[in-house]
Amino acid sequence: MLGRVFGRPEKPKMYFRQLFHEIDSLGVNSVWIVIIISVFIGGIMTIQFAYSMSNPIYPHTLVGLGTRDTLILEFSSTMLALIMAGKIGSNITSEIGTMRVTEQIDSLEIMGVNSASYLILPKIVAVVFIFPFLFIISVFFGLLGGLVTGPIAGVISIPEYIDGIQWLFYPYYVTFSLIKSVVFGFIVASVPAYYGYYVQGGALEVGSASTKAVVNTNILILLFDLILTRLLLT
Amino acid sequence: MIEVKNVYKSFEDTAVLKNISTRFGPGKTNLIIGKSGSGKTVLLKSILGLYEIDEGEIWYSDKNLVDLAEKERKRMRREIGMVFQGGALFDSLPVEANVRFPLDMFTKMSGKEKQNRVQFCLEHVNIESTAFRLFPSEISGGMQKRVAIARAIALNPKYLFCDEPNSGLDPETSTVIDKLIQSLTKEFQMTTIINTHDMNSVIEIGESVLFISKGEVCWQGTNKEILNTQNETLNDFIFANKLYAQMRKEQS
Repeated sequence: MLGRVFGRPEKPKMYFRQLFHEIDSLGVNSVWIVIIISVFIGGIMTIQFAYSMSNPIYPHTLVGLGTRDTLILEFSSTMLALIMAGKIGSNITSEIGTMRVTEQIDSLEIMGVNSASYLILPKIVAVVFIFPFLFIISVFFGLLGGLVTGPIAGVISIPEYIDGIQWLFYPYYVTFSLIKSVVFGFIVASVPAYYGYYVQGGALEVGSASTKAVVNTNILILLFDLILTRLLLT
Repeated sequence: MIEVKNVYKSFEDTAVLKNISTRFGPGKTNLIIGKSGSGKTVLLKSILGLYEIDEGEIWYSDKNLVDLAEKERKRMRREIGMVFQGGALFDSLPVEANVRFPLDMFTKMSGKEKQNRVQFCLEHVNIESTAFRLFPSEISGGMQKRVAIARAIALNPKYLFCDEPNSGLDPETSTVIDKLIQSLTKEFQMTTIINTHDMNSVIEIGESVLFISKGEVCWQGTNKEILNTQNETLNDFIFANKLYAQMRKEQS
């Protein structure tokens, strides 16, 4: 399938138009949910770190450091990708799957359009493009969530938290997670697209393909997380 | 003109098409009829090149589809219009954009020219301008079929294929769709092939009728000849509907 997806577009202008549409529908429309989840998780992590490090021998700055590193290394890249697999992945499978069972894909093929490329390539490019931005947004709002929640919960002061998130910062962690975001973006778009494109039957099968797509996307994300962490971080 | 010569097609061990040979002429409505499972959809999809045939030839004028490379097939498909059973309109696009889609994809027309062509096609299938901006889910089944026909003729095709264009429509709307396909076929001198099991369509517009049974050509003729045929298999198919049995009785 990937051979056809990356085939030469019939009319690049139409693909670009589709790309901007996908960036809007798959990426921009996901920004709010990313912000909401990140703010809450950032806040929750700050409280949990504060409790687990309540021993006086640990400096309070560790709370900010722990929140920052967990957000950068795992939450905003991997966990967010798992969440997005549910939102974006199921959307891609059901959209393409419905087009398959209602003969819209056959219709494109008969017109002489490379349907795999026209429908899937813009989605892959859009998700791969948008994922690093979602990662950055998630880290920013996760840290903000901690900054707001920590003092309100009375577990850490603002200066201590800010000191913590600046302490022992390794820029490579961001590079590492950006690489992961790109890989996960590709998985989140391509695996569900595959399940949608080859679905056979009716509405029931589209639903079942959507579930399979999300489950397999999640497994692949975790597998690649392990591989990339082993390759790039150790 | 489309000519099918000695076509065989099977799926695993099941032979679906057995030595099909026929000719579909331009400017008239050619119907393929038969019971469900007789092989008519497989024949239609084989002619379209969606299924690779096991043996035989499929000629579009002077080009044998079987010998064409994928690139040439793609180019040739631009000469084909197709109306699917369910319309197969793109859900995400309004009526107007559905019809404009093939023009955007395959022509270098200016925006104005495309707009004129879209309007011409939609007016030809009696779609009012108030419906141009509606989405497929907002229009009736009959309108969806008419928009699908408009999209199919947008590139001015030489060949028009319709897979059960009347399925799910009431008898009155079915007649409207049949007449529309017939008039467009004559106006644009297209080679039109319609896959149907609707006997009303056969009687109304069956200028050439091919009856398939168990993957073989069982009978070929016109709507004028069909009610008087002595072919038993065809008679079983037609006169399953008592109305046509009555018509035959009256004729004789």
